[in-house]
Amino acid sequence: MSQPDLRERAERCYDKIAALVSGPVSLMEVCGTHTMAISRFGIRARVPETLRLLSGPGCPVCVTPASQIDHLMAMAREPGVIVTTFGDMLRVPGSKSSLEQERTRGSDIRVVYSPHDAMEIARAAPDRIVVFMGVGFETTSPTIAATMIKALAAGIGNFCVYPAFKVVPPAMDALVASGETRIDGFICPGHVSTIIGSAAYEPIARDRKVPCVVTGFEALDVLEGVILLLEQRAAGKAEVQVQYRRAVSPEGNRTALDILSRTFTPCDAAWRGIGVIPGTGLEPREEFLSMDARRRVQVEMPKDAVDLPAGCGCGEVMRGLKVPTECAMFGTACTPSRPIGPCMVSTEGACAAWYRYGRG
Amino acid sequence: MCLAVPGQVMQLDGTSARVKFHGVERVVQMDLVPEVKLGDWVLVHAGYAIQCMDEEEARETLALLAQIEGEMEEQSRAEAKP
Ligand code: SF4
Repeated sequence: MSQPDLRERAERCYDKIAALVSGPVSLMEVCGTHTMAISRFGIRARVPETLRLLSGPGCPVCVTPASQIDHLMAMAREPGVIVTTFGDMLRVPGSKSSLEQERTRGSDIRVVYSPHDAMEIARAAPDRIVVFMGVGFETTSPTIAATMIKALAAGIGNFCVYPAFKVVPPAMDALVASGETRIDGFICPGHVSTIIGSAAYEPIARDRKVPCVVTGFEALDVLEGVILLLEQRAAGKAEVQVQYRRAVSPEGNRTALDILSRTFTPCDAAWRGIGVIPGTGLEPREEFLSMDARRRVQVEMPKDAVDLPAGCGCGEVMRGLKVPTECAMFGTACTPSRPIGPCMVSTEGACAAWYRYGRG
Repeated sequence: MCLAVPGQVMQLDGTSARVKFHGVERVVQMDLVPEVKLGDWVLVHAGYAIQCMDEEEARETLALLAQIEGEMEEQSRAEAKP
């Protein structure tokens, strides 16, 4: 499709959105890639002011509690331990320092592109314990589950995982149930839905009466998603619709979901800045308990964790109570080159996206 | 961090494959897409294929990613300037 053609279609979308918005409406996305997409296309500036586009807790590294990061760093200080992590996690602050700072202090902390690479590090260093930081939503957790199954089969007993996973739909449900903020519709995450399937949002649409649309990452994808949500609202409906057909089916990836449930079982999980949300975590099943880093490396979780730096509003931002510019430190004390909270550290964090692309 | 990138399967060896991205080949695990065939396009996340997709979809996604990358680089260059 040619550029002018695209622009014309986008203009038509904006016209349609303007016609559909009559009073205050709040739509929330729960995906770091959507956070970036909405900001980079400057969508907020082009829609009516009464249409609020909120960023929910869609950045997995941002919602990892400081206490777990502190715990991981304590493990990294143990002799014989190698900590492996996705690069996104490196600069995220715990209570006092980050993995990157711990590394300069001499801990063996390595960035890997895949959990499979972490397993290979363990295979090559049988006298060391290799801990992989298991952060991520349902896009990522099956890749780690598959790696654990392979490590178990190959007898790589020195590979273990720190389970800090998060499950998205029950968290969305909890945000609605809390009643803290108005949510008139969810722009559902793209690649999380590739795995879990769009049917996973049915309970939210049916029981909570909140429309859900799974969209892709192009400007037109997002705009069409917004239109679908507004149309549902106008018609008094609450359904699950898929705009992003090229990557998402109703049932998701069955193989990945089987692998995930063979390896993990749901548990409660703490979300940074939000608190504990029942049923949103994953912990290893019996057969994989020996691969739980919390058992394998016997160090206590430090008790003095400070969840967020003083004055940082990431918690309110991720619950949809505030937009980043409403934080007093945004763009002044807190910038991507000198970040204070996790939402400014991660490139997918709401604060970083608003800063990078000019206030959303 | 949930972003997945499309690539094409060039070589298949059990659950491990060589996948081409922008002319660069990388080893990718196929445990989550047992139906994959040689020459297929797959969506890759954290070193694992998470879904098969058709070529046109893959190319659209690649074009979008290239755009984002370009902008990110420009931005970091701008930020690096005093
Ligand atoms: S601007 Fe910085 S301090 Fe404020 S909420 Fe965002 S990350 Fe936290």
